[in-house]
Amino acid sequence: VKIIILGAGQVGRTAAYHLSREEANDVTVVDQNEEILRDLQDRLDIRTVNGSGSSPRVLEAAGIASTDILVALTNSDEVNMLACHVAWTLYRTPKKIARVRSADYTERQGLFGENRIAVDVWISPEQLVTEYIARLIRYPGALQVLDFADGRVRLVGIRALQGGPLVGHELRTLREHIPSADARVAAIYRAGKSVKPEGTTLIEDGDEVFFLAATENIRAVMKEMRKEEAPARRVVIAGGGNIGLRLASELEVKNQVKLIERDGKRARRVSEQLRRTTVLHGDAADEELLLEENIDSVDVFAALTNSEEANILSAMLAKRLGAHKVMALINKPSYAELIESGSIDVAISPQTVTIGSLLAHVRRGDVVRVHSLRRGAAEALEVVVHGDADSSKVIGRRIEDIALPEGTTLGAVVRGEDVIIAHHDTTVQPDDHLILFLTDRRHVEAVEKLFQGSASFL
Amino acid sequence: VKDILLPVAHVFALVMMVFAATMLAPLVMAVWELDPALSSFVISAFATFFLGALLWLGTRRFRRELKTRDGLMLVALTWVALPAVAGFPLWNFLPINFTEAYFEAASGLTTTGGTVLSGLEYLPRSINLWRHLLSWLGGMGIIVLAVAILPMLGVGGMQIYRAEMPGPMKDTKLTPRIGQTAKLLWTVYAGLTVACMVCLKFAGMDWFDAVCHGFSALALGGFSTYDASIGHFNSIPIEMVLTLFSVLAALNFGTHYVAWSERGLMAYLRDAEAKAIVSVLIVSCIGMALFLYLKGNYPDFSTSLRHTIFNLVSVATDSGLHTQDYSRWPIFAPMWMMFLSCIVCSSGSTGGGIKMIRTLVLAKQAHRELNQLVHPNMVRPLKVGGTVIANRVVFAVLAFVFLYFMSIVTLVFLQLASGLDFMTAFSSVIACINNAGPGLGLVGPGSNYGVLSNFQTWVCSAAMLLGRLEVFTILVLFTPTLWRK
Repeated sequence: VKIIILGAGQVGRTAAYHLSREEANDVTVVDQNEEILRDLQDRLDIRTVNGSGSSPRVLEAAGIASTDILVALTNSDEVNMLACHVAWTLYRTPKKIARVRSADYTERQGLFGENRIAVDVWISPEQLVTEYIARLIRYPGALQVLDFADGRVRLVGIRALQGGPLVGHELRTLREHIPSADARVAAIYRAGKSVKPEGTTLIEDGDEVFFLAATENIRAVMKEMRKEEAPARRVVIAGGGNIGLRLASELEVKNQVKLIERDGKRARRVSEQLRRTTVLHGDAADEELLLEENIDSVDVFAALTNSEEANILSAMLAKRLGAHKVMALINKPSYAELIESGSIDVAISPQTVTIGSLLAHVRRGDVVRVHSLRRGAAEALEVVVHGDADSSKVIGRRIEDIALPEGTTLGAVVRGEDVIIAHHDTTVQPDDHLILFLTDRRHVEAVEKLFQGSASFL
Repeated sequence: VKDILLPVAHVFALVMMVFAATMLAPLVMAVWELDPALSSFVISAFATFFLGALLWLGTRRFRRELKTRDGLMLVALTWVALPAVAGFPLWNFLPINFTEAYFEAASGLTTTGGTVLSGLEYLPRSINLWRHLLSWLGGMGIIVLAVAILPMLGVGGMQIYRAEMPGPMKDTKLTPRIGQTAKLLWTVYAGLTVACMVCLKFAGMDWFDAVCHGFSALALGGFSTYDASIGHFNSIPIEMVLTLFSVLAALNFGTHYVAWSERGLMAYLRDAEAKAIVSVLIVSCIGMALFLYLKGNYPDFSTSLRHTIFNLVSVATDSGLHTQDYSRWPIFAPMWMMFLSCIVCSSGSTGGGIKMIRTLVLAKQAHRELNQLVHPNMVRPLKVGGTVIANRVVFAVLAFVFLYFMSIVTLVFLQLASGLDFMTAFSSVIACINNAGPGLGLVGPGSNYGVLSNFQTWVCSAAMLLGRLEVFTILVLFTPTLWRK
């Protein structure tokens, strides 16, 4: 697949990294900053072109004429939309994905599409990150909560702790514990290493467990892994940027939200846009301020400023002062790994959250959704199977008969409105949505091939 | 040192095993001709392969992804070590010592074309094929070839590519993937080579000579199967074909690819280097033909023009094939040709020297400095062919040219100290560092490098490697920081 990425910012660079390490992709990155491009080209096997992303001359130099996917990720919504429009008008580029942050654009029905602005898919990293954090707050104790099949199925990452009824028991006893709720453990990570989940596998204290379940059953399963925590009520957000503001407005309906912003003017702007949130002007790393605002009784403290170092420090401080659970927004993958084992409960990596929505478009076969996990080492996919028993390698077969690559679990099947948790005797039918978990991303191609078989016959 | 060298050696072992495969070509030739060099090639091919395999197995524990400095190291190691391997069959079969065999193989791989052998027409055909094949392999770059056919070198491939491909600006790739770019370049190169071979056959060579000289021409190598080089044929069509393909090989192969994919010649007009090269060559040829005619070297202007065009283009593009002993021309003429050999070739070509793009950058920079003296407040970016050249590149070019000239000076002094006369010392170093081939004086077109002592031959070998890898890649081996953890 030939891909052009416009903009070598945080998201653009991560996208280039993830896309270019897949053998099948040819990636070209366009940016105005030559230094960044040179550095990028030194580390990745990609081509770089210096210039403005919406300029036809630059796009031509990047090889737009034969490009399959244009991904516009510059920090300007307008440049992104224009670039997509230029690409479609002049070169008929088949797929155009734009990063559009402003809700003003994305909320309008009928702005994008045929004979309109030629953006096929828009993504808003801020929106995705906000939703991600909101889900984490809704499920206290979860490290990761990811949606599949329009939210009917969720993949939850959770750290098993002493006190959960299942901890110390074999996996197969899960059904006896909760007969009403079906779930499938997709992966277990013990001390950073993947352990194959089988019926006889023992769940240990400290394991990172990923399980799939219908949305309504999630809480019941989580209760098995660790003592149930009370739902979060008091939330403190540090940083009134794009993400902080969106999160506050989403949470303020049900929770008691405080937002700390350092810049006076920005704090004022934010307070004008929010209704029930208490907006505070001050430094989130100011001990006095935190104590004054009763940090010790806060359920969730989320540090979401632009500076990851400040996020780490203020989150650590909040934790020490008694905040129940702290989260920090962290861009560098290496930092995220460092701190999740320390005093910060959840590290949120905006790129990992965003990259999945891009990967879904470059996958062959009908892939609806991709979530990148564990800094890109693992992946969860939602695939739709088409065809019939003859043309497809999966349709009409029982799950135990499907030759899945190593480290791959088929966790759930969504058939119409029903969620079926996969068991060895479940039979796959046409147009099923299958949810797969790959502990090793390198097997992605094998998985693509397995499920694509049908598509090529159609 | 162990941690730095062994992972590189692991990849080098792979290169060696692939290289062993290229020895099959002369081996098959030797079987076909039943010539006496057969055993030498059989021994060499097996020895190279097994040494490579042993090294590969022995260093397997140290396998890891290559970093920037590993890339540099791999290229440098390959180029320093491979002539020894490639020279083995020559050393084994011919009455020459190791120094001379190394020189001959290095001269081939670096596309220099200077030889220590005489009586070339009496050598077994397999030996001659091997010499020319070495030129051809080295022309586009052994590592670039390895990148094209061994996908696992793709990681960190850009550094490797940079270290081996000539020219100051190598950030623009033809395709996003380095492996594909390498494949494309090799395809264009191979395509032109075949075209040249067919043309030579039609111009009157037999197939064996056409193949050998086709390798030589496109690699700008300069090896011939005759002591008298192209003078042996005394044929105008052959000279025309070789001149045409030498000029093509002196242009950027990226430009050839673009021209091919556009099915038009516009790409050459957009290439500032190509335009400059062709203009310099045309003006020089006409001027020097006139000069030689007026000096009375040739009875009429057309003969003068014929010999000037072939020999001047050949030396200027660093090929080194010749039809006349131009060292007997008035000293202005060969010196001008030597000068052109320093500057004429394009970046991304198979030729040597400091490359036309660097010359253009330096000329424009000089022009800018002069203007700056008149208008101290003037703001003027440095442009070549309409594109702005970053100051970073200008500095890199200046540093390169400085190192290039310092290398020449150092090596010339070494040659002088060893007792050579000035003309031979100077011209041998210039001809070797530019990968041009024959020099003047004792090593002129009428003679060869066999007259040099062992020490002097090693100096020439060093000059060839320095020139082929554009100085930096070799000199970086001597920087202490490379070897520190």
